[in-house]
Amino acid sequence: MLAKSSTHKLSQTQSRRIADFFIYLILIAGGILMIGPLLWMISTSLKDKTGVFQLPPQWIPNPIHWDAYQRLFHLSQLQTGFMNTIIVSLTVTVIGSFTSCMAAFSFAKLRMPHKNAMFLLLLVGLMIPYPAVMIPQFMMFSTIGWVDSLKPLIIPGLFGNITMIFFLRQYLQGIPDSVVESAKIDGASYWTIFTRIIFPLMRPAVAAQFILWFMGAWNDYLGPLIYLNSPEKQTLQVVIANLSATYATQTDYPLIMGLSFISMLPILIIFLIFQRQIIESVALSGMKN
Amino acid sequence: MESTVKDKAPTDGRRKGRVRDSSLYKKEHRVAFLMILPPVIGFLIFTLFPAAYAVFASFTDWNGIGQMNWVGLRNFQVMLTDNYFWTSLWNTFFMMIGIPIGLILSFILASALSRGLKGTTFFRTIYYIPVISSLAAIAIMWQWAYNGDYGLVNQVLALVGIKGPNWLQNVHTVKPAIVAMTVWKGLGYSMLLYLAAIQSVPQTFYEAAELDGANSWQKFKNITWPMCKPVTFFLVITNIIGGSQLFTEVNIMTPTGGTEFSSATIVWYIWQKAFKNFQMGYASAMSIVLGIIIFIVTALQFYQNRRSDYKLG
Repeated sequence: MLAKSSTHKLSQTQSRRIADFFIYLILIAGGILMIGPLLWMISTSLKDKTGVFQLPPQWIPNPIHWDAYQRLFHLSQLQTGFMNTIIVSLTVTVIGSFTSCMAAFSFAKLRMPHKNAMFLLLLVGLMIPYPAVMIPQFMMFSTIGWVDSLKPLIIPGLFGNITMIFFLRQYLQGIPDSVVESAKIDGASYWTIFTRIIFPLMRPAVAAQFILWFMGAWNDYLGPLIYLNSPEKQTLQVVIANLSATYATQTDYPLIMGLSFISMLPILIIFLIFQRQIIESVALSGMKN
Repeated sequence: MESTVKDKAPTDGRRKGRVRDSSLYKKEHRVAFLMILPPVIGFLIFTLFPAAYAVFASFTDWNGIGQMNWVGLRNFQVMLTDNYFWTSLWNTFFMMIGIPIGLILSFILASALSRGLKGTTFFRTIYYIPVISSLAAIAIMWQWAYNGDYGLVNQVLALVGIKGPNWLQNVHTVKPAIVAMTVWKGLGYSMLLYLAAIQSVPQTFYEAAELDGANSWQKFKNITWPMCKPVTFFLVITNIIGGSQLFTEVNIMTPTGGTEFSSATIVWYIWQKAFKNFQMGYASAMSIVLGIIIFIVTALQFYQNRRSDYKLG
């Protein structure tokens, strides 16, 4: 009896091992598919112009050419692109997160007539896609002379982000009302309640939403494409798209790949540092939905 | 003021009436209102007003500079016979075949990760890198990878003896090529949500099923998959919303909308008409059609959310 059960157990661990082996195979194949093109991009950027066309291709260039990155360093358009993107995405997310936090606090914890109606109104905003409003919005900003400046990309974001408000409100609803009530009885002002109690409580959720928004703002393309004409005003994504079109005619692929890689680098670094928080918050927000 | 303490929890209508009169509550109302004011104003100015204006403009011959003349339903009539419109709509629709493919692949990867093998976190991170990467950079990279002679894709295919086409210039391959790219980029996100859903299934469900003699397939069919249904629904909806607004990939990889308009999407065509040809009235009409489609899909999602909320409560 004892022997029988142990052989059964053995075969079970064996079949488990085989299953694990195949699972690793799937995971590794998936991993190669996902990371392969990115490695290829880096590899291309380290070749010289003719090395790119070598057959069969080299994965590790020999010798390694840093030439593309040296030339990128002197591209003033790339520098202004970085600057503009940093200005837009930081301003929008820092101020916009603040307004979003306040609104979420109000929606979740304060009393006000017609609060739910207001919230529903905002939710309608989530259902209207950007392409449906972009033309009148463009004409609006064009009338007040804001086209070809960063303002049309910054100003609307300062008023808050509905998605963020939605998630923070949900997060705050998990915190008992009594926390706010007792602070009120102790005579705390709403500002104190917000800065001393509510904000510290929702900081992890805010951080996650902030990072997601920042990455979204950093990677935005359609908005900047519509509004920005002069090369020195353009944001990074438009700059790399334009430059890549220019250099593609000269088949300068090392430069183009270096350009793409450099433009991705800041977000990649942010992701690798905060990857646990980002991944957890994404999973969480998906579950909530 | 002694009544305020009693009024802390307004439950019935009579009390509510008194609560509204209390100055403490008036102050709370004012503060609450001020706090939600910015997003509400932002919504009115930057979303609701432009949306309403787009509806109005769709009935005019607006060109962005001159006078706007009311033309009634003419834009919508033109749309009916505009081959470019229908082609771009078809292209957009065609590229959505990436949605089921992506969901199946991401579910397989999530199931593989959910066994909790060593290196799970590592793989999860690797799969997620394309998701966070900028679409513009990714599109530029894939444009190069799809190069007919020296691109990565064809070189890999050459290893198994297949001579790949010039993907982005070929009318028949440009859409599948863009689909493959969007699947590649979105896989990590869907996988992550599926992983969270699979891991949230209580272990006792499986134990009970095992006691009843269920095999792996039955456990998958009757427990795992049904438990992942909300996530599937959410992903289908968000992917349809995102997919119907495909623009960046198309504009960067095929700047002219592809050979014979083979890759132009609806948003690309709207953008082209509005900002290149300055037919803003016509473009608005198309954007309204797109907006209505997306609005319905999103409303469906909210409706579904409501229902599942009730179930949980």
